[in-house]
Amino acid sequence: MKAFKGFVIKEFYHIFRDYRTMLILFGIPIAQVILFGYIITTEINEAGVAVLDNSKDAVTREIQNQMLASGFFKITAQLSSETEIESIFRKGIAKEVIVFGANFEENLRKGEGSDLQIVADASDANVANLLVSYTTAIVQNYNRQQMADMQIPMQIEPRVRMYYNPELKGVYFFVPGIMSVILMLISAMMTSVSIAREKEMGNMEILLVSPLRPIQIIIGKLMPYFLLSFVNAVSVISLGWLVFDVPVNGSIVLLLAESMLFITLALSLGLLISSVAASQQVAMFISMLGLMLPTILLSGFIYPTENMPLWLELISYAMPPKYYIIIAKDIMLKGVGLRYLWPETLVLLGMTLFFLIVASKKFKIRLS
Amino acid sequence: MTAENIIEVENLTKIYGQFYANDHLNFSVKKGEIFGFLGANGAGKTTAIRILCGLSKPSGGKITVAGFNVYNQTEQIKRNIGYMSQKFSLYDDLTVKENIEFYGGIYGLNNKTLRQKTSDLLQKLDLTDKQNFLIKDIPLGWKQRLAFSIAIIHDPQIVFLDEPTGGVDPITRRHFWDLIYEAAFSGITIFVTTHYMDEAEYCDRVSIMVDGKIIALDSPDNLKNTYQVDTMNEVFLKLARQKIN
Repeated sequence: MKAFKGFVIKEFYHIFRDYRTMLILFGIPIAQVILFGYIITTEINEAGVAVLDNSKDAVTREIQNQMLASGFFKITAQLSSETEIESIFRKGIAKEVIVFGANFEENLRKGEGSDLQIVADASDANVANLLVSYTTAIVQNYNRQQMADMQIPMQIEPRVRMYYNPELKGVYFFVPGIMSVILMLISAMMTSVSIAREKEMGNMEILLVSPLRPIQIIIGKLMPYFLLSFVNAVSVISLGWLVFDVPVNGSIVLLLAESMLFITLALSLGLLISSVAASQQVAMFISMLGLMLPTILLSGFIYPTENMPLWLELISYAMPPKYYIIIAKDIMLKGVGLRYLWPETLVLLGMTLFFLIVASKKFKIRLS
Repeated sequence: MTAENIIEVENLTKIYGQFYANDHLNFSVKKGEIFGFLGANGAGKTTAIRILCGLSKPSGGKITVAGFNVYNQTEQIKRNIGYMSQKFSLYDDLTVKENIEFYGGIYGLNNKTLRQKTSDLLQKLDLTDKQNFLIKDIPLGWKQRLAFSIAIIHDPQIVFLDEPTGGVDPITRRHFWDLIYEAAFSGITIFVTTHYMDEAEYCDRVSIMVDGKIIALDSPDNLKNTYQVDTMNEVFLKLARQKIN
């Protein structure tokens, strides 16, 4: 036990003495939360929109007013012909153009359906996606009001249909995603690199020749990163709450417990990587390619998996962060409890056990 | 096991697929002896040393180290041996003192013994005023002497040195060997691999391995007499050439 304690203390020395490790451990999480938070909140604040109003009636004016009132848009130009759209985009005056067809109000009242086009500058696909979603939402909202007031059927059907974040606030959605990325990064990458380092420097042999048991080496390696990852989870949640008002509507205890489960999962993945990687570079490379990219791309963190081709969507079901993001999002935003989240929790638990068993098997095989 | 043999090896064999890394090795090492285990790179030295340390299982043979067999008593073996490898084994980002305490700790020395050992060791190596220096800031020769002293901090019966003096000049090697002699004098058996032939001269007995087989085993003087040459280097060359022809 004393030997084990010494081992853990040594691990902390490694972490605290290497400023790069410290930077990754504590700098990246904070930077990511702040960056993602502000990027997401500013990109839908007063985005430039140009209007080509071929009707100029009360309805089109009202829709424009509602867009302005939302605070997401700023009308930067009034166009007079469709030929101007391209130059507006080129000059960067607007990122979106709204085209109202002729006789907009009249058609609406006659029940013939009005022509509304949303043209977005898709060179920045994400921004375009968001802008279109928000515009669509505002138009539909207006439509709904009209239905209630005037008993006319829903007629303005904007032509673009894309995924839509009902909260109208990106950062809410991003905090759980960032947590999964950070926990993955720190837990899996840092452990795999630190074990690979022992191997690379030849220290692993000395440890294996010593009376320390392999299991003590494994746990001694994992424990410091478990603690630090947990500290990080707590700080990301607090940062989201303090800076961006992201609430934790559900049980904070449950959220932290699920985070611990996810950390354990990431740690066992790190262990698995380290058992196949002979050097720090290889470990870093595998973690980046094998964990970071899928975490960001396939977990539903940024791109909704429902819009992916079927085969990619199927792959996304094998991505552990997907489940953690669902769990964290539901606890934080919807405030639901384990009663609704048990399937995801069970999946995470199963994956954790699986990777833990495979990783320690692999680790042992390497010894003999 | 006869009382004075601390390592006994009969027909040690290690096969990787079709390849015999160790082909029926037979030798024994006496207690307190400095045993040189020579061979060119790839001759199978490291494979054998890993088996003797319990890091790797042999394919066959009867092998005992400090009275324990390497098949199922590796835990006991580990408590009785020290090990220093050709790759560097101290932690660069820990200080001299922290390294000593860490390794002492994993061998289960109690606090009192560890404190005593640490100060003795610092004094012996003349490192007392450098005890709070990070390892990366002290010269290679000192690092190797420190690594050796740490490898025997728990007073093992045998210490395995796998090319311990790689990359240093003959004078520094000589200093290193002073420590080895001192350890041997205090009763620790030294099992050392090297490809520096000047080091071979310092051993009590040497074995020379070529292609997984031991082709000569005797004291350096006897070997030189047998092959009628003046240095171990020539013995080695002669044996290697003989093998080729």
